[in-house]
Amino acid sequence: MNLVNILFWFLSALTLFSALMVIISKNPVHSVLWLVLVFFAISGHYVLLNAQFLAIVNLIVYAGAIMVLFLFVIMLLNLNKETEQKKNIWIKVAGTIAGGCFLLSVCNVVYNAQTGSKEIANKAILMGKGSIGLIGNLGKELFTNYVVPFEISSVLFLSAMVGAVIIGKKN
Amino acid sequence: MPVQYYIYLALILFSIGVIGVLTRRNAIIVFMCIELMLNATNLLLVAFSQMHQNIAYAANKASSAGIEGQLFVFFIMVVAAAEVSVGLAIIVMLYRNTRSVDINFLNRLKN
Repeated sequence: MNLVNILFWFLSALTLFSALMVIISKNPVHSVLWLVLVFFAISGHYVLLNAQFLAIVNLIVYAGAIMVLFLFVIMLLNLNKETEQKKNIWIKVAGTIAGGCFLLSVCNVVYNAQTGSKEIANKAILMGKGSIGLIGNLGKELFTNYVVPFEISSVLFLSAMVGAVIIGKKN
Repeated sequence: MPVQYYIYLALILFSIGVIGVLTRRNAIIVFMCIELMLNATNLLLVAFSQMHQNIAYAANKASSAGIEGQLFVFFIMVVAAAEVSVGLAIIVMLYRNTRSVDINFLNRLKN
């Protein structure tokens, strides 16, 4: 059990516990804070996988920008109290059973790929090595082979900005 | 680290997001569960990109095999940021019209 394994299990437990707390918490503000913790744990996973650029971008974009936007909206709408109406208990049970069935069926597929058809048997992940996650290599690839999608994403941002302003303004 | 650990982790995270979408009524929390699902797929893409890198790394340490997975994650983050800005504007609009963010009020869209 080396350090990488210990960190993997710790970060996985932290991710899953915080994700559960996101959907269990009654107060939306607590949900947002737990979600920030999920993003920190996932960034830790990215660092373990040596995807350093994505780790930082995940922190800046998700934990920094998107979650603050969520908090702003919650504060703006004054939702920081437990206002959610009681949902029918059967809908909760049915939703949990549906999600659990989804999890079981996809886990079965992965288990088959591992033991039956052996597509992912003995495939290992390179931990903490390799240079594809560094910003120099990613930037070179982004601005040579993927420059058209990059430019299209700027159009996407422009349209999202215009859309948000048009939807958000009064009448 | 065997690849199936990361697959199972991402699957459980995705399923937690699905269960959240199905069981909660607050539109903002439903939206946060969608972000949870997006992050599960991002984690899986990075894990698979490092899996492809692992095979090429033994022969050539400077190989760029699997770099497309990490670029995909980058583009998913771009789309998610655009999606959040529009979605939160829709939620604010919903609140302005119905004084609530309960998604059950949205069933009036069918009329």
